[in-house]
Parts: sequence; structure tokens; C-alpha cells
Amino acid sequence: MNRFVPLILLSAGILAFATVFLVIVPAAEIRTIAAPEGLAPYTEAELRGRAHYVDLGCVYCHSQQPRSPAQGPDVQRGWGRASTAADYVYDAPHLLGTMRTGPDLLNIGARMPSRAWHLTHLYQPRAISPTSIMPGFPFLFETKPEVEDGDVEVQVPEGMRPDGEVVVARQSALDLVDYLLSLDRTYPADEPTLRDNGFVEGEETSG
Amino acid sequence: MGFTIGTLVLVSFLVSLAALAVLIWAIARNQMSFDENDARTIFAAEDARGTGIDDPSVSPEKASQASDLTGEPIVSPFARMLLLAIFSAGTLYMLAGSAFGLVASMKLHLPDWLDGAAPLTFGRMRAVHLNLVAYGWLSLVGIGMALWLVPTILGTHLRLAGLAALGAALWTIGVALGAVAIDIGWTDGLEWLEIPWQIDILLAAGGACLAIPLLVTARHRQVHHIYVTGWYYIGALIWFPTLFLVANIPGLHVGAQQATVNWWFAHNVLGLWLTPLGVGAAYYFIPRIIGKPIYSYRLSLLGFWALALFYSQVGMHHLIGGPVPTWVVTLSVVQSVMMFVPVIAVAINQHTLSLGNLDVVRASIPLRFVALGALLYTAASFQGSLEAVRSVNTVTHFTHYTVAHAHLGAYGFVSLVMFGGLYYVIPRLVERVWPLPSLMVWHFWLVAIGFAIYFLSLTIGGWLQGLAMLDASRDWMESMELTIPYLQGRSVGGALMTLGHVLFAVNLGAILIGYGAARAPAADTLAPAE
Repeated sequence: MNRFVPLILLSAGILAFATVFLVIVPAAEIRTIAAPEGLAPYTEAELRGRAHYVDLGCVYCHSQQPRSPAQGPDVQRGWGRASTAADYVYDAPHLLGTMRTGPDLLNIGARMPSRAWHLTHLYQPRAISPTSIMPGFPFLFETKPEVEDGDVEVQVPEGMRPDGEVVVARQSALDLVDYLLSLDRTYPADEPTLRDNGFVEGEETSG
Repeated sequence: MGFTIGTLVLVSFLVSLAALAVLIWAIARNQMSFDENDARTIFAAEDARGTGIDDPSVSPEKASQASDLTGEPIVSPFARMLLLAIFSAGTLYMLAGSAFGLVASMKLHLPDWLDGAAPLTFGRMRAVHLNLVAYGWLSLVGIGMALWLVPTILGTHLRLAGLAALGAALWTIGVALGAVAIDIGWTDGLEWLEIPWQIDILLAAGGACLAIPLLVTARHRQVHHIYVTGWYYIGALIWFPTLFLVANIPGLHVGAQQATVNWWFAHNVLGLWLTPLGVGAAYYFIPRIIGKPIYSYRLSLLGFWALALFYSQVGMHHLIGGPVPTWVVTLSVVQSVMMFVPVIAVAINQHTLSLGNLDVVRASIPLRFVALGALLYTAASFQGSLEAVRSVNTVTHFTHYTVAHAHLGAYGFVSLVMFGGLYYVIPRLVERVWPLPSLMVWHFWLVAIGFAIYFLSLTIGGWLQGLAMLDASRDWMESMELTIPYLQGRSVGGALMTLGHVLFAVNLGAILIGYGAARAPAADTLAPAE
């Protein structure tokens, strides 16, 4: 291999070839689909909350991509049906995730629709699940001697909050919970071929 | 749909396979004009000292000053300062990255520790750790290694060194700003692409200023042959800028489609950037230190092109079972398994040499780091090929097993090769030997044992976690709870690795401020060797 220019051209060509298959063709398939009827765009508050989900790095422990029953028990765990590309048309940045240090959250709004539950859980997860290793986010809340007008008080057991003070949610916590409650893809799946259907369940032979 | 899936996967796979067949035919028919003697280029290009063990880390005997045909020194005083600055900055990023990684690791079993402010939360510290070690430590030191190795193997001095210095400065500043941005909550939000695109402009400009001098230098080579290390570096310098630009264009990608770009980029950062930086360096240091050429030079050509063909298409194995078309996932699974071809080619070349010269591996700390790193490259790649198989991936995906695998590649392989390279190159730049040789041995054993603990903990814990998660009869919480002792084990291993890094930094600081015996040309050394 003594030629400099062919080395460069061939290297670039191979990457271009891979890019066609991994980026351009999937984009052509996915980018043309319409939003499912059951999926609404995020509201302003939900988008602000989503931005907090992104900047606090929730994605490093929580996936948002339930698997098919052929691959795992995600449906049985209440995480929802297998998602398809159509479920993410409003998502930028995407938050599919690669870890399940915590559970999948694509349908957390449907599974756990209580705002109060989420606020307590975000302030101190161990107030709800004693063995949880999720970090608390006390900086999304403030503590004060008494609740004032317009405050959203958060139920926190004694011993997990400063003595004699109440915990109230800041706007950032309320927005984040708005986003979590918006996570609900329980409508029927659109575009069922736009997902990895490479797993076949039991005796079925469909592919 | 069956038609589309079958056709697309088949076309891509067959084209890759055909390209490989043409390559093998060309090598067999000697269409490529090179032979096994070209493997000796590395001994001829730089100086006339010929073969024999070459370990400058503790040996004061120095080869004569290397000059190119125009009489210019291959490493000018300016290039020397530039390289030392790059290696120092990379080492600082490694220390900072280790600290962030260790704290993030401990937070997974001490969740109420340091929870008072957003910059201290796990999700941010983990992202800062990744960016510091990938773009600060590995990329910066990898580029520094290229700035030394490309002129050295091509027998010419570095062209446009001033531009390279500007590039190194921009890159260093860009990584620092990026880490601060992520920690204060300003992020693009994609794994491996967290640094905001506005700061990415600095990195792109810096990367270009570093790539151009290397490519120009390669055009001015004064040896007839580009040694295999050079192919990997030239390839990496073409691939990474393309990847970085396409993936970071703001507003272009959305939803599930963005996920394909995300993993096309992220896996290629490993496959077409960090891997060539590491393999290229190992291809030089192993034969250079041992003083014998690699096993089969023709095989190295096969390894390089097969890596380019197959590695570039493996990224979608990160989306197995996810919301992207089946055919693209299957394509990546197939190409991941095909990665056995280039990896075996590299393994045959590098391991036969280092395992056949174990006495040198034992005697030379730089070689020990590089040879172990090369072995772990083979291990990481074999593991990765198996991990991409659907049945295995179903267990390991979404678990700490994947984290262990990522560290086997980025740490066990690339970081160890870089440590070995630094132990070799820096004495040649400062013309002194390492002042604290016992720290080098401690460094080696601390990171070797620390990483073994790290890897085994997360691999076992992650596998059990995956099995528990797939078992519908067990509450999901069990899959998390059972990992705790393994996460604690990982923190122990990480702490030992970090301690090793501190010892390296102490040695680097000492040699830079003037400690260590001076090296002198062999001819002037009259006293017999002790």
C-alpha cells in the first residue's frame, strides 16, 4: 500500500457506503411517516420538562423503548407494547436509552398517573422505594417553614426533609413531572414494520 | 417488506464480501506492490540502529539523532514542545475523567451522596466522564501519538507544525468547555454527542488543523512504503471528521431516525477512530520495541480493509429490539460477526510476536502495556461480535455487562496501548529516562488488577441483571438490587485504576521538571553496561 490518494479515496468510499445503509436508507423510511392519531405534540411545559430530563441525564438509566413479547416480558411488567418509529416523531433529541438501571419510562404517564407520587419520588426516591438507587433531586424543590399561596406542597416523610419545614416544588420539578405524565403510548401501534421484528415468539413462524 | 429487507441486507453484505474477495485475490496475485520486507520499514525509516530491543523508558542508551533526507530533524524542538504539551493535557483530562468516573460509580451504590446540586448528579457526572476520557484523554493522546509516529515511520519532519499547535489548542479548549457545558446542563442530549454543537465547531476546527498537517506530512514521505500504522492513521483522519460533522449538524435528525445516526456515529467513534489510533500504535510499538517485524505483513493489509468494511456497518446492534427497521439491525448483527476476520488478522500479527518474545514483554514496561492492550483488543472484539448476536444481546442489552464491554475496549485496549506509547515516546522527547521506574511497575499492576476487578464485577453482575430482567416471575426491582455488590466491586476496581493513573501523572510531572538520568548516544557510552 504505497499510494496515498487511493488509500484516502477508498477509505472515504467505504464509510460513504456504510452511511447509505445505516443512515440514509433508514432516514428515507422513517422520516416520511405521519404522527399516530393517538400521539399529541408536547406542550410548552412538557418540552421544558423534557429539557430537564435531558440535561439531568435521566436517559443514562432509563430506556424508552419497550421490547416485543417475543424478546422479553416488558408488556407483563406494564411498560407497554413494543414501540415503533412512529411513536417518536416529536422526539428531539431521541431518548431511547441503553440502560435499565431503572425501568423503561415510555409509558410511565399511563402506568403512574399521580403527580404527587412523582414529586415525592423525584425529591427522595427512597421515600417510596426503600432499596432504590435513583438519585434524589432536592435542588428541583425548596424547603420553607410554611406553605404559601400558589405553592405545590410535596409529601415527604419526616426524617427525609429538614425538621419543621415543608417541601414545595419549583417550576422545574413541575415541568419535569408534566413531561413524565405525558409519556403515554398506549394507543394502537402505527407502522408496526418500522421496528426490529427480528425475534420470533415460540411456535410462530411469521417474520 | 420481505423483499426490501432481504435485498438491502444481502446487497450490503455481498458487496462487503466481494470487496474482501477482491482484496485477497489482489494480495495473493501480488497486485499490491509490497512484500514482507516492507514490514521492516519502521527500522530503516528513522535511524540506522537496526534491530534489537529498543526500550528508551529506562535504558540511557540513545540512538543517534534522527534526521530526514533534507537534514532536518524528524522531531523539531517546536514539535517536541507541542507533543509534550498534548501529552500533558491528555494526562490531566485522564485524571479529571477518572475522578468523575469514580464518583459516578460510587453514586450508584451511595445514591444520597453529593445530591445537593445538579452538577453533582449521576446523569451529569457520567456524561462528563465519558467526554473527558473519550475526547480529552484518548483522542488527544491518540492524536499526539500520530503526530510523533507519522513523521517517524515516513522518515520526514512534521509539516505545518504551527497549524497543528493551533489545532491542539482549539481541541483542548473545546473539550474543557464541553465538559463544563454538560456539567451545568447545556447538552445536545445524545450519548457520545453530548457536547453542544456550538462548542463542536471548536472541536471540528481543531480537528481539521490537526488532520491537515498529518496528511500533508504523509504526502512528503521519504520512505518508499507507508507502514501499516500509517494506513490506520490516515483512515482515521478521513473517517472521524466525516462522522463528527454529519452527526452534529443541528436540527437535521429527529426521533427514531436520530437514533440510527447516534449509533452509527457512536460505534464508529470506537471502530473508525479510537480503534485505528490504538491498533496503529500497537503495530508500531510491538515490533519496534522487540526489534523484529510483525508475523505477516500481507495479513495486516487484509486486517485493515476488513476493519474498514465491516466495522463501519455495526452500529445498529445498539438498537436490537428497538424501533428501527429489522433489516438495518440484522445488517449490523451480520457485520458485527464478520468483525472476527480483521480481528483475527491483527491478533495473528501482533500476538505471535509479543507472545513469542515474552522475555522482552517481561523486561519492558512500555511493551507490557502495549502487548496487554493488544490482547484485550482481541478479547473486546470477540466479545463484541458475540454480544451482537440477538440471543446474547437480549440478555446483555440495557445492563452493566455493556458498560464492562465498553471499558474493555476503550480502557483495556486503547488506554493501555496509550500508556505504553507514552512510556516509550516521552523519554525520547525529553532525552531523559523515567525518574521513578518503580512507579511504572506499580502503575501497571494497579491498573491491571483494578481493571480485572472492574471488568469481572460488571460482567457477572450485568449478566445476572439481564437474566433477572427477562424472568417475568421475578419483580423487576430484583434485577437492580442484585447488582449492588457488583457495583461496589466496580468502585473498588475503579479506585485502584485511578491510583495507578495518579502514579503515572507523578512520574510524568517528575520527568518534565527535569528529573531522570540523561540519555546519551550509544557510541559515547564507554562504560560497559551493568
